[in-house]
Amino acid sequence: MSEPTVRLDVFKTYKLYVGGKFPRSESGRVYEVTDTKGQWLANAPLGTRKDTRDAVLAARAAVKGWSGTTAYNRGQVLYRVAEMLQGRREQFTAEVTASEGVGAKKAAALVDAAIDRWVWYAGWTDKVAQIAGGANPVAGPFFNLSTPEPTGVVGVLAPRAGYGYSLLGLVSVIAPAIATGNTVVVAAAEQAPLPALSLGEVLATSDVPGGVVNLLSGRTADIAPTLASHQDVNALDLAGAIDPDGPGAAAALEAAAADTLKRVVRPAAAPSAEDWTAAPGTGRLLSFLETKTVWHPMGI
Amino acid sequence: MAKTKKTETEPTTAAEQPVRRSGLFEYAPAPESPAAAGEIATSYGHFIGGEFVDSLGSEALKTVNPATEQVLAEFAQGTEQDVDRAVQAARKAFADWSALPGSERAKFLFRIARIIQERSRELAVLESIDNGKPIRETRDVDLPLVAAHFFYYAGWADKLDFAGYGANPRPLGVAAQVIPWNFPLLMLAWKVAPALATGNTVVLKPAETTPLTALRFAEICRQAGLPKGVVNIVTGDGRTGAALTAHPGVDKVAFTGSTPVGRAIAKQLAGTRKKLSLELGGKAANIVFDDAPLDQAVEGIVNGIFLNQGHVCCAGSRLLVQESVQDELLDALKRRMGTLRVGDPLDKNTDIGAINSAEQLARITELTSAGEQEGAERWAPECELPGAGYWFRPTLFTGVSQAHRIAREEIFGPVLSVLTFRTPAEAVEKANNTPYGLSAGIWTEKGSRILWTANRLRAGVVWANTFNKFDPTSPFGGYKESGYGREGGRHGLEAYLDV
Repeated sequence: MSEPTVRLDVFKTYKLYVGGKFPRSESGRVYEVTDTKGQWLANAPLGTRKDTRDAVLAARAAVKGWSGTTAYNRGQVLYRVAEMLQGRREQFTAEVTASEGVGAKKAAALVDAAIDRWVWYAGWTDKVAQIAGGANPVAGPFFNLSTPEPTGVVGVLAPRAGYGYSLLGLVSVIAPAIATGNTVVVAAAEQAPLPALSLGEVLATSDVPGGVVNLLSGRTADIAPTLASHQDVNALDLAGAIDPDGPGAAAALEAAAADTLKRVVRPAAAPSAEDWTAAPGTGRLLSFLETKTVWHPMGI
Repeated sequence: MAKTKKTETEPTTAAEQPVRRSGLFEYAPAPESPAAAGEIATSYGHFIGGEFVDSLGSEALKTVNPATEQVLAEFAQGTEQDVDRAVQAARKAFADWSALPGSERAKFLFRIARIIQERSRELAVLESIDNGKPIRETRDVDLPLVAAHFFYYAGWADKLDFAGYGANPRPLGVAAQVIPWNFPLLMLAWKVAPALATGNTVVLKPAETTPLTALRFAEICRQAGLPKGVVNIVTGDGRTGAALTAHPGVDKVAFTGSTPVGRAIAKQLAGTRKKLSLELGGKAANIVFDDAPLDQAVEGIVNGIFLNQGHVCCAGSRLLVQESVQDELLDALKRRMGTLRVGDPLDKNTDIGAINSAEQLARITELTSAGEQEGAERWAPECELPGAGYWFRPTLFTGVSQAHRIAREEIFGPVLSVLTFRTPAEAVEKANNTPYGLSAGIWTEKGSRILWTANRLRAGVVWANTFNKFDPTSPFGGYKESGYGREGGRHGLEAYLDV
């Protein structure tokens, strides 16, 4: 028996991440994912409208449990994601390098920043109610308290442009939405879905309940309008809606979202100029919250 | 329970009715003087750039007193050119107004608040005449809150750095504000006060059935010495509103009104960078548990649905009562409803005034007919209604199911639908079974049950053991299709800041 002189790599079949499971697309189809130079990297599942609806179903089912966990517990879970991502630093560095065409050193820094971003949002879960809510000193004899609550299911179009979009940008739109107790259905960046699909594997091993984050790859023009018009989606983050026209364009999606009065976060005026390494602030953290004000008489 | 079982469209015998307006409790009329409303001009133009100006169009609308159907005044149907002029005036004023130190803007708002207090009787009477709501409510609810909103936001104008939206938050520019007819002056205050405090300028369109107090407010702006163009008022119907919200020169749209119109505005603004806040319809559940203090609950239910003739987006229009106390509660509720006084809005004893317009009366009539056709049982106390004007008796429906139109659609009138439940979980499920999510009520003596229930209700405002309370420091706004954004409190600033 002699040692084999060559060894073939084992390729990974990339799959969607829906309801805590890894289904292949209902379409049975895939599309080619290439690096920035056009070299084939992998086949990604071509998610369909049916996949999108399944994902919304899973996200809706997860709302009650996830929004009902304590803020402290949600923070622990988000921190656990950072731990899991840290363990796969090399894999993600390679995927970001291929996705964005940046050097390995810069890609590693972007992965580190993505890990740190999970940590940052992990710390927000039990603080956001204190900055977004509070007691209201009304003129009458009443106890009156405002508290923020999650809006429900958030449809997210992952960033498709801007420095660091493929992983750091992705984390920057997912983490704030789930930190506050929402669940998400994410349309991964169409041309660079691999970091997103791999993130599903991280989430599956990090105590995030199934259905809280659902990741779809495919044509944004197929997935996005389904999310925008879906009756059971409460909000829409249009970060990745950067097509100038057509069904995936921001204006068309916003118009579709108006039918159900979804909360909408519009894309940046110049998405390609976005720098996802910049400090995120609380904008996205507060965008998918409702404010509930409870009154009660005071007296003896 | 005999009474409720025999519920019918029209009560048949006087014996079934509680004693009203007789014996010891007969009230003498206590009319407020219409003259206290001050002089109402025969016709009004717009208020643009600090001046009352004629419309560039020739169309005029009439506003009537809904209690008498008499025409109060003519006012202009704002054209696209009128809207354009107003937006330009607001744009021109924006540079100086937004550059003014917050402490100086605050002083203008304080002046406005004070003048509103000085003229509150005049404004209350005028509001009552134009809207049909009882003087008791305009005097004791609307006007004190209007002044309080200007006082509250005046205090924010020089403290915006501390509002939690970062240091030196910037105003948006020109705010287009379209308000409804149910609380004409209060809705103006909710919109204008935070807009001015944050440094925006305003073009406001009041509702076409209630323009008079907004036009009177324009005079107050002049008395306060507010710089020209900071507040502009353009009158007209939905066409004027659509021209205003669509105007490319506005940076912000704030709308309070029906969900269909809110949806249309959201669609209209898609793809623009205009910021939008919406306060839309509601179908609030008022949940009464078996341990509730029933007498207080009855008062709360009455206040929840019959305040302002039920023309309230957060009205408690669905009563969810626990089965075991249904009979007792309904008996007490009917007794109380029998004491409600319907009639002249200017009588200080009046509880329920006139329906705001013939159109609204027709809608209430249509929906209540649908309630009967779908099998719910209708009950209303006997009472005499004036011959002229638009009136609707306080009405309740029993035997209502979740699928009935009267349980799903916003009636916006003095009509209460009664549903029942057995367990708290069922109450929450039924309460949340609506596309709306503006408000809700909970009645129980048990604190932990209040917190458990409040936590599960998908509504922006939850009143526990009270209902329909408002305060400028307290955020107000809806979940789901009741709109987005909050008015009031620190949260209300966000809608007018670039954050």
